[in-house]
Amino acid sequence: MSYAATHDQHDDHHGAPKGFFQRWCMSTNHKDIGTLYLIFSLTMLFIGGSFAMLIRAELFKPGMQLMQPYFFNEMTAMHALVMIFGAIMPAFVGLGNWMIPLMVGAPDMALPRMNNLSFWILPFAFVLLLSTLFLPGGGPAGGWTMYPPLSLQSGSLAYAVFAIHLMGISSIMGAINIIATILNMRAPGMDLMKMPVFVWSWLITAFLLIAVMPALAGAVTMLLTDKYFGTNFFNPGGGGDPVLYQHIFWFFGHPEVYIMILPAFGIISEIVPTFARKPIFGYKAMVFAIACIAFLSFIVWAHHMFAVGLPLGAEVFFMYATMLISVPTGVKVFNWVATMWGGSMTFETPMLFAIAFIILFTIGGFSGLMMALVPADFQYHDTYFIVAHFHYVLVTGALFAIIGAAYYWMPKWTGNMYNEFWGKVHFWNSVIWVNVLFFPQHFLGLAGMPRRIPDYNVAFANFNMISSIGGFLFGATQLIFVGVLIHCAFFSKKKATDRVWEGAKGLEWTIPSPAPHHTFEVPPVINDDELAHGHVND
Amino acid sequence: MTSGGIRRSFTAVAALALASFGSAALAAPGPWQLNMERGASTWSPVPYHLNNVALGVCTVIGVLVFSAMFIAIFRFRKSRGAVAEKWSHNTTVEVVWTTIPVLILITLAYLATSGLTSWADTTGSQMTVKVTGYQWKWRYDYVDYLGKSIDKVGFMSRLDTRSDQTRQLGSGMDPFAVKVGNENTYLLDVDKPLVVPVDTKIRFVITSGDVIHSWWVPATGWKIDAIPGIINAAWANFTTPGTYRGQCAELCGQDHGFMPIVVVVKSKADFAKWLAAQEAGSAAPASAPQTAQVAASASGKQG
Repeated sequence: MSYAATHDQHDDHHGAPKGFFQRWCMSTNHKDIGTLYLIFSLTMLFIGGSFAMLIRAELFKPGMQLMQPYFFNEMTAMHALVMIFGAIMPAFVGLGNWMIPLMVGAPDMALPRMNNLSFWILPFAFVLLLSTLFLPGGGPAGGWTMYPPLSLQSGSLAYAVFAIHLMGISSIMGAINIIATILNMRAPGMDLMKMPVFVWSWLITAFLLIAVMPALAGAVTMLLTDKYFGTNFFNPGGGGDPVLYQHIFWFFGHPEVYIMILPAFGIISEIVPTFARKPIFGYKAMVFAIACIAFLSFIVWAHHMFAVGLPLGAEVFFMYATMLISVPTGVKVFNWVATMWGGSMTFETPMLFAIAFIILFTIGGFSGLMMALVPADFQYHDTYFIVAHFHYVLVTGALFAIIGAAYYWMPKWTGNMYNEFWGKVHFWNSVIWVNVLFFPQHFLGLAGMPRRIPDYNVAFANFNMISSIGGFLFGATQLIFVGVLIHCAFFSKKKATDRVWEGAKGLEWTIPSPAPHHTFEVPPVINDDELAHGHVND
Repeated sequence: MTSGGIRRSFTAVAALALASFGSAALAAPGPWQLNMERGASTWSPVPYHLNNVALGVCTVIGVLVFSAMFIAIFRFRKSRGAVAEKWSHNTTVEVVWTTIPVLILITLAYLATSGLTSWADTTGSQMTVKVTGYQWKWRYDYVDYLGKSIDKVGFMSRLDTRSDQTRQLGSGMDPFAVKVGNENTYLLDVDKPLVVPVDTKIRFVITSGDVIHSWWVPATGWKIDAIPGIINAAWANFTTPGTYRGQCAELCGQDHGFMPIVVVVKSKADFAKWLAAQEAGSAAPASAPQTAQVAASASGKQG
């Protein structure tokens, strides 16, 4: 604590503001705003998760038991919107806010007031979105993709569109802030090719965000004017084209899925070397692979549209481009395994989540490669096979990485160690039930169950029941996570050391635990031996 | 349990596994079905085989990578006294594991491309059926057969009454009791199925009268979207007479889950009789709605 004490004594301005409103609502501190993002994301995880529980409850057995089909459609659409824009993306922004300045030796984010604004827009955006469930006509029920003409039948389209505009503004501001911070605020000696992989992954992700969020904003604005201002962008009756929407949407949507996984790659690339006590294998290849994936993400969007009747040449092009992505992604997986090889491994909770990520994300990658093959995708498309695929990459991929990151950095944030026993209970329950939940969905899809249906033939009954049981238990398991977080923040007696983990390297581990309210007000003197990647060019 | 009991239950499990993973031409999904079906058209084995090859390739890669990882996890544990090594790159290895995936991908791409090319070729068809999706039913219009145009054979195809009553919230009816013969047809049966001949290259032209739907009968091996204002084309040549079931595969509103597709494939002789009866019976036909008008008025109303 000596660092904080010496700096706090001579000037109260350097401590956290005393008033609750002052501290949290008017914060310009990257750590406090990071905490706000993470708490918001956890809240949304449970709201989106409760929608998922309702979906799995209705699908527990054949026949309609609990809800009308329209409400089921609202649940599928809202589950996706809340999880993507409310849980996963803000969690990564929160982690970036907390860790990027600490990792590059910056005193704060480059644009602290904008940082405050980009967070505080989000609660309003989601109040707007969630309020539609209580309005006459209900919430968006045309899927998170909001394909017209169906989405134009929704009475709450304007609410959803404005909510998405707000989320997009928030994301773009967050991305600008992250780019400005990384490019301008690094401590002297923190060269680009010495930055942690997590920082690299966020730099690239931020460029993706700036590139594609405007495309989404454009697409939903066209929906809005089609519905309320008499335009015919997507109305064939007026010379428009419903498929145009899908092209614009997926030009956003495919980079979007990498926005949700690249920072996860960064997190895994931090956790694995720490617990293997060995530098990451092929640092340059890891950075280059992320950049490659980001580039390819712009030229594969129509693989979401293989069944809309694209010309043969387009199907072939998008198939090849999509298949190419598996090369850099494979390199990342191989490099993580090579990092473990020859290491000296221990298996604390963050490492367990990282290992589960590597295996289960790879399974999601395999089904992704299978879906790239157009003739096979004619069968897989819009079935539960695809539901299984994207939940493997988003739940056991993105979410597991976020949970792993929370365990990994929580001691640095709170100054306390979490309870390792309950962390492991959380891990093993999560990893077992998530597979019970999603693995059978592969079979359902292959057997012919379409996605987004509230009821099904009895042939699909067995696997749906298994999947629902897995879903309820996976959902319940996340309550353990909340318990561990609260215990760590407020009740844990075990103090964390500054280094926290024996094998941890990088600037963030040189400051005290908990991290003082202000850090690196004077740029740190960089010692390459302290950095995880200080000797890449040697 | 006696050893005989074990053997019997093993046989039962094996039979179940074989049945659920096997490649029999399934007309409808089966309980515990694990893999894609082979289908019942000349083209449908393409996705089936591609699926199996890709799954096999992924399984082999997965076993290799995960084995390496588990060996590392067991060998290089700190609790076993492992000391971390210092190396952090190896160009040869990195080039190898970039090149090998590329070669595998080229093979898969070759297989997929030839399959796709044959799918895209709708020329030389002997019959044309127009399929139109509506919220929440399908319409089938017979356009031509063996070079002769067909007039006034067309009808709507809706979810059957039994399924429709059973699926209502709080109906108290048992989905397991909805059967035709021994087959459970809950949500997979219609009042009037599409009837087509066997061994005939049938061109389907597919569109929609309101929102986007997707016409999917797994036995054909493909699905394709029904989009207002656009006419998509695809073909199927059924190899075996039978009843093949499918569902709408693109979210189209509240009853998306309740607009199944049933295709009855008849022998050519039976089909000719059926067609003649339809043409004779169409003295008082339900006139086909004009698709474009419906699309325009539908979006007008919705807007």
